[in-house]
Amino acid sequence: MKHGRLRFLFGALVPALVLHVVFVLSPYAQAFYLSLTDWTGVAGEAHFVGAGNYARLGGDSLFLDAVRNNAVMLVVVPLATIGLGLFLASMLHLGGRDGRRGIAGSRVYQIVYFFPQLLSLVVIAVLWQFIYNPNTGLLNGVLRGVGLSSLARSWLAEPSLALPAVMAVLVWSSVGFYMVLFSAAIDSIPKELFEAALLDGASGWATFRRVTLPLVRDTVQVAFVYLGIAALDGFAVVQVMTVGPGGPDGATEVIGLSLYRNAFTFGKFGYASAMGVALFFATLTLAVLALRAGRKERVELA
Amino acid sequence: MNPSPSTQTYPSRRSILKGVAGIAAAAPLLSACVTSGGDDPAPAANGGAKSADNPLGVKDDAPLEVVIFKGGYGDDYAKHAEDLYKQKHAKATIDHKGIQKVGEALQPRFVANTPPDVVDNTGAGRLDLATLVAAKQLSDLSELLDAPSFDDPNTKVRDTLLPGVVDDGTFDKSVLVLNFTYTAWGLWYSKPLFASKGWTYPKTWDEMLALCATIKGAGIAPWTYQGKYPEYINDPLLSMAAKTGGTDLIKAVDNLEPNAWKADGLKAAAEAFAELAGKGYIMAGSEALSHTESQAAWCQGKAAFIPCGSWLESEQKDVAPKGFDMVMGAVPSRTTSDKMGAAAVQAASSESFLVPAKAKNAAGGMEYLRILFSKQSAKAFAQSAGTLPAVAGATDGLTLSSGLGSTRDAVTAAGKEAFTFRFRTWYAPLAKAVDDATGELVNKRATAAEWAERVQKAADALAKDSSVKKYTR
Repeated sequence: MKHGRLRFLFGALVPALVLHVVFVLSPYAQAFYLSLTDWTGVAGEAHFVGAGNYARLGGDSLFLDAVRNNAVMLVVVPLATIGLGLFLASMLHLGGRDGRRGIAGSRVYQIVYFFPQLLSLVVIAVLWQFIYNPNTGLLNGVLRGVGLSSLARSWLAEPSLALPAVMAVLVWSSVGFYMVLFSAAIDSIPKELFEAALLDGASGWATFRRVTLPLVRDTVQVAFVYLGIAALDGFAVVQVMTVGPGGPDGATEVIGLSLYRNAFTFGKFGYASAMGVALFFATLTLAVLALRAGRKERVELA
Repeated sequence: MNPSPSTQTYPSRRSILKGVAGIAAAAPLLSACVTSGGDDPAPAANGGAKSADNPLGVKDDAPLEVVIFKGGYGDDYAKHAEDLYKQKHAKATIDHKGIQKVGEALQPRFVANTPPDVVDNTGAGRLDLATLVAAKQLSDLSELLDAPSFDDPNTKVRDTLLPGVVDDGTFDKSVLVLNFTYTAWGLWYSKPLFASKGWTYPKTWDEMLALCATIKGAGIAPWTYQGKYPEYINDPLLSMAAKTGGTDLIKAVDNLEPNAWKADGLKAAAEAFAELAGKGYIMAGSEALSHTESQAAWCQGKAAFIPCGSWLESEQKDVAPKGFDMVMGAVPSRTTSDKMGAAAVQAASSESFLVPAKAKNAAGGMEYLRILFSKQSAKAFAQSAGTLPAVAGATDGLTLSSGLGSTRDAVTAAGKEAFTFRFRTWYAPLAKAVDDATGELVNKRATAAEWAERVQKAADALAKDSSVKKYTR
């Protein structure tokens, strides 16, 4: 290789590499180290405490609440979002009368469903806090308006309803994006396949089950990874919207919130770092498992 | 898929080594982080000659950096004190910063050992005081307290403050923080509303329950509270317990003594609030309302009482209708054998001013506080902010609004029986546990006994935790 070219390559790569190391890799490495110390976050010194912070995690009931809630979210949020996203995308593409076209006005729906994606998560959380307001909120207002006032609840203040209320917001805010993603995937399926299914007399459900789903499998899998990571977070919505926040009494606590509170309210950055490292490995495991699980049997179209 | 022809697309050993060298070159950029270690520089020798006119020995030309939390009170009062400082030390340049997120701005500066000279550590994003204290980041202010006050050279600064202010800033026998405002907590109501209905503010809990029945009968919810943040309804509960059990109960709680939370006073207070909820005297839906939502509902006359600190009046000044004239009353007594009188009130100073231990001009920082805590500065603050300052007699001769006037009267009536719990400042995790438990109590998901049980468990766990610095009073 010519020397001039090598020099140019390095000149182009090194600044980016240095920035990546300083602002991405080094904070990661530091978090791993800090998780083994008692750093308070306000002093220039930290003492090594070994694995003590990790041992503590197991006895922290609020952290265990957070793990439980994140686990529930990890199951419900991706399944609900992907289910709804796939349903909407198929309706918009194949829901029409002849089974090859979308339902009437599908382009408008496609744009409207995407709207929540344009709002920041904090704005969404604030809006939904108003919607869930027990006395003046939209949700209870509608329920009372249609004569179902017995169903009106204090949505965010009842332990059994608070987490579902939070998950509904997460699903609502992300389903539009996944609908667009799945639409693109369905678009790339050759039309002949649907026509063939139609000629064979396949029902809408059978077409979806036997043709659409196997051919958008890769996209669904990627969606699972993204949504799984989002479900392990949930910090912004919980912090803005819930009672406490994280309540009532830990009912909506998430790992990110525990981490934030320990670091910035309790001044235990070392302990919070340990939570961060635990979350890092949970996310990593999830991504690896999700990608492994779907590696088999890929359908070749050509 | 066929293997690609073997052109070398993988990095060679040499290129990897060069890459590593590049990473090593980035190392100096990381030296400002805590993990890089290194020694703390010795605090800069500061201060000039002390004299009667300059009791703290401020170096005349030393620059002064002041960081103020610019919240509801603004920061004009701080600038006013800066002008007075400049009149005394003409050669000093003052760098004033009025900001909202004090913690975010100052945390890296404490870590890098280059903090400002005086800080108003207040607001939602403030740094945790106990953490700062444990990390030895704060200067001892006893020199300032023993210096002659700005107004009168014959009175020490210590003697110009309201009761409890010095205690509030004391950690392990040294005074490290000086709080500028004085807050009292109680139950708020609209005086004209009560007058028009012929209701009188209850002195005992039995009277309160009787009045609640009357209020409910009139079609108004007797109570509401800031349900999204259960700490608001904690204050009247703990106040009631403190009045029953007296100083002994307060000290036992703050000192994390075994079974402190199971004391009769606390149990009785918890039962009182469980009863309040059980009888339906709390406005439906309160448990999910934020402070702005519940306080607005109260101002609209949907509820008669709301628990809050004395900042309520200024917080509601754009919401409360004309002639609402809110006033604060002391929390009613639970029993007839309470150890404190009916007028006893929970009061504490807040808006914490501190001088960082590693400040370059610590003497200047203390001098600034000496000026800020003068009667002249405090009076200007009371007028503009509508809040009691921590300086005695600062509101003398001022015409006060109804809320501020009632706060001052409550503090005066309480006299020596103004009390406060310290555990919230000392042990933030315990405060969180109490808030959660009280939220469950007033929503009828926990009984008074369960409440005491779980809070005691949290307190015991904290007492056993060797990683938490303990304080006693």
